Amino acid sequence: MRIRLFAALAALCLSAVAAEARTVRWSASGDPNTMDPHSQNVGTVTMVLQQIYDPLIQRSRTLGLAPGLAVSWEQVEPTRWRFRLREGVRFHEGQTFTAEDVVFSIDRAKQPTSNFGIYVDTIESAVAVDPMTVDVITRVPDPILPNKIASVFMMSRSWSEANGATRPQNTRQREEIHTTRNTNGTGAFRLANREPDVRTVLARHADWWGWREEGTGNVTEIVFRPISSDATRIAALLSGEVDFVLDPPLQDLQRLRSAQGVSVLEGPEVRTIFLGMDQFRPELLYSDVRGRNPLSDLRVRRALYQAIDIQAIQRVTMRGQSMPTGTLFPEQVNGYAREEDVRLPFDAARARALLAEAGYPNGFEITLDCPNNRYINDEQICQAIAGMWSRVGVRTRLNAMPLGPFFAKIQREDTSIYLFGWGVPTLDALYSFQSLLASRAGGQQGDGIWNYGGYSNARMDALISRMRTETGDARQAAIREALNIFREDVPLIPLHHQMIPWAMRSNISIPHMANNQPYFRWAVVN
Amino acid sequence: MLAVSFISFAMFTYVGDPVAIMLGQDFTEAQRAALVAELGLDQPFFVQFLKFIGNAVQGEFGLSYRLSRPVAELIAERAPATLELALCAAVIAMAVGVPMGVYTGLYRHSILSRFFLTFSLIGVSLPTFLIGILLILIFAVALGWLPSFGRGDVVRLGWWTTGFLTVSGLKALILPAITLGVFQLTLIMRLVRAEMMEVLRTDYIKFARARGLSNRAINFGHALKNTLVPVITIAGLQLGAIIAFAIVTETVFQWPGMGLLFIQSVGAADVPVMAAYLMLIALVFVTINLIVDLLYYAVDPRLRIGKGAH
Repeated sequence: MRIRLFAALAALCLSAVAAEARTVRWSASGDPNTMDPHSQNVGTVTMVLQQIYDPLIQRSRTLGLAPGLAVSWEQVEPTRWRFRLREGVRFHEGQTFTAEDVVFSIDRAKQPTSNFGIYVDTIESAVAVDPMTVDVITRVPDPILPNKIASVFMMSRSWSEANGATRPQNTRQREEIHTTRNTNGTGAFRLANREPDVRTVLARHADWWGWREEGTGNVTEIVFRPISSDATRIAALLSGEVDFVLDPPLQDLQRLRSAQGVSVLEGPEVRTIFLGMDQFRPELLYSDVRGRNPLSDLRVRRALYQAIDIQAIQRVTMRGQSMPTGTLFPEQVNGYAREEDVRLPFDAARARALLAEAGYPNGFEITLDCPNNRYINDEQICQAIAGMWSRVGVRTRLNAMPLGPFFAKIQREDTSIYLFGWGVPTLDALYSFQSLLASRAGGQQGDGIWNYGGYSNARMDALISRMRTETGDARQAAIREALNIFREDVPLIPLHHQMIPWAMRSNISIPHMANNQPYFRWAVVN
Repeated sequence: MLAVSFISFAMFTYVGDPVAIMLGQDFTEAQRAALVAELGLDQPFFVQFLKFIGNAVQGEFGLSYRLSRPVAELIAERAPATLELALCAAVIAMAVGVPMGVYTGLYRHSILSRFFLTFSLIGVSLPTFLIGILLILIFAVALGWLPSFGRGDVVRLGWWTTGFLTVSGLKALILPAITLGVFQLTLIMRLVRAEMMEVLRTDYIKFARARGLSNRAINFGHALKNTLVPVITIAGLQLGAIIAFAIVTETVFQWPGMGLLFIQSVGAADVPVMAAYLMLIALVFVTINLIVDLLYYAVDPRLRIGKGAH
C-alpha cells in the first residue's frame, strides 16, 4: 500500500516535471556547418541561428516585416534610413543591446569574409545617432533596405571584440574562430550544447523581449539532431524518437498522413524551379546542330516550353507537391503579378510546328544537365521533361549528377540547357531579376551572377537599374514590365514553385513558413 | 599507400568544385579568383599533389572546407565511434559465425543446419542498407525497443568517447552492429563449415577416431584448430572491410563515425577529408594484412618448424 502511494506520488512529480519541460526533438538531413551569423548564407545555418539571433526587423508569420530589435524605421532622406531601437534588450551573456552593436554588426556583415554582402551591398555606413537610434546611409537610394536588413543578425560588439571575432569566420582560414562554435545573441533561445553533425541543444532564453508578445509558444528546449538518411529520419519520427522533421521525402508523405500520432503540414516555398538555356554561344556545346544556336531562337524556346506537360509533372513526379507557374517568383515576393503568372499552354502539336517554322522539322539533339540531390525530385523532373521533348522531336540526353559537380559545371558555363531552382530571401523581385536576368557584363555585385545562359536584353537591364533606385508606383511599374518581358521573351522556362511539407508528431503545432524556416518561438507542445 | 594517395587525390580533383559550394549564391569573379588562389587550386596538379603528400607524411591533412577545422582532429573525433561499432560487429560475426559453422559442418542434414544455411544465404544476398532499414522498421518503429539512429549517450575517457558505459549507448549499438556484422557472420559461417567438412574427411581424423578419442576432442581439438588458418585470414581482412564499409551502415543509422563524415564530405566536395579518409583506410588494410601474416606463426606450428629446419 505504502509502495503504491510512493509510486503514485513519484508519477505525479514526474508528470509535473514533464509539464514544465517542453522539449522539441527536431531533425533534418543537414547540419549547420558554422555558428557564425555572417559567415554562411545557407538555409541549414540560418534555421538554427534564427532561433538564437535577432535582426533589426523580423519576419512575421506571413513573411511580412515586423519590429525586431528596432521598434520603428523610416526613410528620413532618400539615402538615409533611421532605426529606433528596442529598450532594455540584453544578450544571452548579459551585455545591454545598444546602437554600437548595430553599427558593429552591419560593418561585420560588410567585411570581405562575410557571405551576407548582398543584404548590405548599398550601405555606405551605419552611424549611431544616440544609444537607441541608428542611421543607415546608403550610396544610392535603396527602397528595399528593410527587406534586406531583415536577414542581418545583430551581435554584441564587446563580446565579439573580447573573443577576437570582429570579422566573420573565414571559411578558408587555418583556424576556426570563437563564433564557429559559440553564440551570444538576443534571441528566444540560447545555445546550450553543440556537437557538430551530432547534436545541437538550444535552451529557452527566459528574458527574451518577444515572449511578452501574443502568439508565442511554450517550447523550453530544442534538440536538433541531423539524420541524413531519408528512411531513418522518417523511422525516427514514426517511432517517436524525433518530434519534428523539416524535410520529409515526398514518397513518404502518404504513409505519414495515415500514421497514428503524426501530422503533415503543407505549404509553399519561396523557391521556383526553372530550365536555363545557353542563348549567347553561336553554336551549342552539347547538340548536333552545327553553325547556329537553336536556343537563341525564341520559337525554339517556346517550342520546348509548350512541349512540357506541367500538370503531369505536378501530378505524377511531384505527387501534387508543386505549384506550376509561368512567372519568375511566387506570390510572397514583392512585385508578383497574377496577370503575368500565366503559362504558355501545353501543346505538343504547336511545339512541333514552332520547331519546323524555326528550321528544325526533324528536331535536334541536346543534353539536359540536371542535379540529382539539390531540389525536390530534381532528377525525376528532368527524366519527365526529356521524355516530353523527345516526343516532339528534340532528342534529349539526360546528364544527372550530384550538386557539387553540377554547380561547378554550370558555373563554367559548360552546359547547353540545365535545371535549377531559385529562392528569394529578400522577398523582393530585384533579387531574382539582378541575379538571373541582368547582363553578365553589368558592373554591380551580383549582376547576372546566375545568368549562365548569357541572356542579355538592354530593356531588361534598364528596368533592373530602375528597380534599384526608384520607389513606390514607379518601381512597381518597372517590375511589372520586366515580368512581362520575362513572359514574352522566355529567357528561362519556368516550371513550378516547390512545396515544402513539414512532418511532426501530432502534439506539436507550429506555423508553416514559406522560407522553410521553423520559428520555434511560435511552436506549442501539448 | 603512395598509389592510393595518388589515385584518391587525382579522383578528387575532378569530383566537384569546393569553391562553388563555399561561395554560396552571391559573389563576384574577383572574389572567386581570390578564393581559388587562397586554396592553392590555381597551381598545377603535380605541385598540389606534392604539397599534399609532404603534409600527409607529417600527419597534416589540412583544413576541412566544410567545417573549417583540422582534418586530423575531425577524424580522431569520429574514429572511436567507428572502431567501437566495427569491434562489436566483428565480435558478433566471430562469436556467432564460428559455432554456427562448426554445427552445420558436423550435422549437415539436421533441420537447424538447413535453417542456418538459408539464413546465411539471405545474409549474403541482402544489401546492408536494406538489412539496416528492415531492422529499424521492426525493432524501432514496430516494437519500439531500440533507437533507430545515433549513438546514445557517450562517456568521455580522455580523447576517446565510448558508448559502452551507458544503457542508451549499448542499446544504440545493437542494431548497427548486427547490420554491419551480418554479412561477415554468414561468410565466416560458410567458410568454417566448408573447412570443417574438408578436415573431417582427412586421415588423421580417422586415426583419431580409431584411437578412441572423444568426439569433443576430435571436433574442437583437432578439426576446428586446423580450419583456423584460412578463417583467420578472412576474418582479418574482413575486419578491414568492416571498418572501411561501415560507410553504408553509418549512413543508415546516422552513426557519428568516420564513414558518415566521409559521406557528408563527399556531398560538400570536401577534398581534404575525403583524401585523408581514403589514406587512413589504406593504412588500416596494410596493417591488418601484416598482423594476419604474423598470426599465422602463432596458430600454425608448421611455419615455425619450417623456419627452424632450414
